[in-house]
Amino acid sequence: METGPPSLADGTETDIKVMSVLAAPKAAGLSLWAMLARRLALGLVLLWAVSLVIFAGTQILPGDVASAMLGQQATPEAVASIRQELGLEQPAAVRYVKWLGGAVTGDFGRSYSNRQDIAKSIAPRLKNTLLLAAMAAVIAVPLSIGLGILSALHAGSWIDRTIGLVTLAAVSLPEFFAGYLLIAYFSVTHFWLPSSAAVSDSMSLGQRLVVMLLPCLTLVLAVVGHMMRMTRVALLNVMASPYIETALLKGLPRSRIVWKHALPNAVSPIVNVVALNIAYLVVGVVVVEVIFVYPGMGQYLVDHVAKRDVPVVQAAGLVFAAIYIVLNIVADMISVIANPRLRHPR
Amino acid sequence: MAELLLNVTDLEIKAGAETIVHTVSFALEKGRVLGLIGESGAGKSTIGLASLGHVRQGLRITGGRAELNGRDILKPMQRDSLHLPGASVTYVAQSAAAAFNPAHRLIDQVIEATLWHRLMPRAEAVERAISLFALLGLPDPARFGDRYPHQASGGQLQRAMTAMALCPKPELIVFDEPTTALDVTTQIGVLAAIKHAISQTGTAALYISHDLAVVAQVADEILVLRNGRMVERGPVERIFQAPQESYTKRLVSLRRAEKTVQAGGDETLLRVTGITAGYNKGASVLQDVSLDVIRGETLAVVGESGSGKSTLARVLTGLLPAWSGQLVFDGKALAPDLAARDADTRRNIQIVNQIPDLALNPRQTVDAILSRPLAFYFGLKGAALRQRVSLLLDQIELPATLADRYPAELSGGQKQRICIARALAADPKLIICDEPTSALDPLVADGILDLLMRLQREVGTSYLFITHDLAIVRSIADSVVVMLGGAVVRSGRKADVLAPPFDPYTERLIASVPEMRLGWLDEAIEGRTRFQTPEPQ
Repeated sequence: METGPPSLADGTETDIKVMSVLAAPKAAGLSLWAMLARRLALGLVLLWAVSLVIFAGTQILPGDVASAMLGQQATPEAVASIRQELGLEQPAAVRYVKWLGGAVTGDFGRSYSNRQDIAKSIAPRLKNTLLLAAMAAVIAVPLSIGLGILSALHAGSWIDRTIGLVTLAAVSLPEFFAGYLLIAYFSVTHFWLPSSAAVSDSMSLGQRLVVMLLPCLTLVLAVVGHMMRMTRVALLNVMASPYIETALLKGLPRSRIVWKHALPNAVSPIVNVVALNIAYLVVGVVVVEVIFVYPGMGQYLVDHVAKRDVPVVQAAGLVFAAIYIVLNIVADMISVIANPRLRHPR
Repeated sequence: MAELLLNVTDLEIKAGAETIVHTVSFALEKGRVLGLIGESGAGKSTIGLASLGHVRQGLRITGGRAELNGRDILKPMQRDSLHLPGASVTYVAQSAAAAFNPAHRLIDQVIEATLWHRLMPRAEAVERAISLFALLGLPDPARFGDRYPHQASGGQLQRAMTAMALCPKPELIVFDEPTTALDVTTQIGVLAAIKHAISQTGTAALYISHDLAVVAQVADEILVLRNGRMVERGPVERIFQAPQESYTKRLVSLRRAEKTVQAGGDETLLRVTGITAGYNKGASVLQDVSLDVIRGETLAVVGESGSGKSTLARVLTGLLPAWSGQLVFDGKALAPDLAARDADTRRNIQIVNQIPDLALNPRQTVDAILSRPLAFYFGLKGAALRQRVSLLLDQIELPATLADRYPAELSGGQKQRICIARALAADPKLIICDEPTSALDPLVADGILDLLMRLQREVGTSYLFITHDLAIVRSIADSVVVMLGGAVVRSGRKADVLAPPFDPYTERLIASVPEMRLGWLDEAIEGRTRFQTPEPQ
């Protein structure tokens, strides 16, 4: 960093005031790949910490699997033999290491309740859940960002207020209520769409998408408000910057100013809230899946929590945590890539 | 007689019910430069923006006309046909660092208005931008535009912004304090580049500044504004030689008397020896800094931004413990860390900050602000406390009735006086003044300096006065320390430091300070190229 006084002729002054402000997010010259590697490593550490918490959490859950499984036939002998069969008499640390070792290799063990391979049971359900989340995201993300931009463009006008009011109402409706409302209208009154989203392997993709429409819509209603508001606020924050006045004084129309000058600088907060909401679409669908009888992770998880089926709960918890972490890493990397200071160091 | 370009008559602009600009009229001929001069709140920027047919949010034009080439630019229809703003009139903002979009390359921003208004094809616009970069003295003009704003310095960005304003071949450019945010040594180069570019392209300009000495180097005519009203208007020579209004006279004659240095005072109050300090390990901001503050005197610390002046203040107050070196205050070793200093030592070193707005708690009244140190250090209460507060207000020449006000209800100068009173309340031996006047208008700053000098005579306080302004150094200092890149390059009694033979840096610094006379810029530029002062690393 040159700190010498400026030279007059060639204009290579170094204004240190400016530099120190700009140097802050420079992250000591890390390349993008190095940054990604660091994030991934951090993500793994985090996932490991989560696995500890999940395991510890399931250990202190009240109730006993063996008695729950046996129900009224729970003689002490039967309970003891089941406990032995499931390996429950081993110390917790040993069980944790075994469990984690299995999970790392994709083996989540067998369900206590139906003795099936958990990984095999989860795979199709996870696929269903991801499909529903993806469908909701494909609709909700462009919709909410679009509405946010529209709101920011017309800040304070009736358009802004209407969008704000409608999306706020949509967020405020509990999902079960919104879901039943949609069923009442689209399935009961008009017979347009099926109320059950029980997809099966025999269905074509088109058929699947049709039955998934209502749960998808319910999810969209739940997340649009949050993303739209964040987009609006992030844009309005940027719109107060001096460089927006510069653009205004170039005689550019407001739409170009928002697209070209404001949006690129608002990417970071928007991407982060979008990632959080997509994560919610994956892990927060429990209620919606139950309402629409959709065979996804949420329903599976609820069923097995009721049965004290600890390995299933642990596996689902770990999968959800991994999805959260991956989505957040993706969001972080997108905001890094969107920042020219990090793409083009001095 | 040249052709009339911009004609503003009886312009009136309001913010709500309050009038910001009162019936201002002026005319500008093609190719000429009009300087708008005045302190903050004078309405300079508002008038400048109105010349582009633009008003900031919350303001509205309530009267008068503004014509560009005979067409009313306050009418939206006319603005569109003139491609206003952005094509026939363009704008150069105060802080180019903030006025460039961080997300786009400079070249795309520089030619954006030109392309949007369809003034020339892209290739031609790029070519023009490159030639303008060269005209403004930017390094490697052909590739300079590939940089992002964060890859250029403040002075370079200000030049690039001037290129951006010139690119659409406008008839008028509004320069809004284009060099105010720059260091003096940077300012002089940018100023010369702007002046050169204006004269080469024959563009007319409105040059807005609070600094008459700067405006006088660029403008043909000057319009003096105060509180949104016109004070005086005339050619630069006339304004300088025969100012009519008393306000203009005060602005022109703002040359402060030099403080005469007494031979006496040789008792050292603060001795700083070999201080090295910094914020991050391995990157020291101060290197081996040594200086002495004599009891009852003022030591001025001079340097540009980044020279370590404010870091030095943080070290002395104990907010940033030094890595090595000694501090001796009033005959006793001074602990590097604030937490290790006793109450009496803390009381004896007070600070006055650059921006009073940030230094005063907006939720406390003046009374509460001043009472706190009095109660904390001296345990004053009740009538004695009230009496001391009103005495302090009297000392800083403010009426006692101000005690019930909140900072937001005071002017910038009044707020800085309150900060001084708060420092004074502790009855300190040393007050560290960190650029206390650089955020204030010139006449207000003058009053603050007078106050500080009077207090020194009356109370005998010592000052360590941090500034980038050599004019202030002349008027208040007894001794001077010149800093560059965290090290002391020159120190001693004022008369010795500010007299030749100079080291190259001090010479450059002195030559860069704008002087209140015509032709200073041209002479200074010529002097610079003649001496070719080598650049220290």
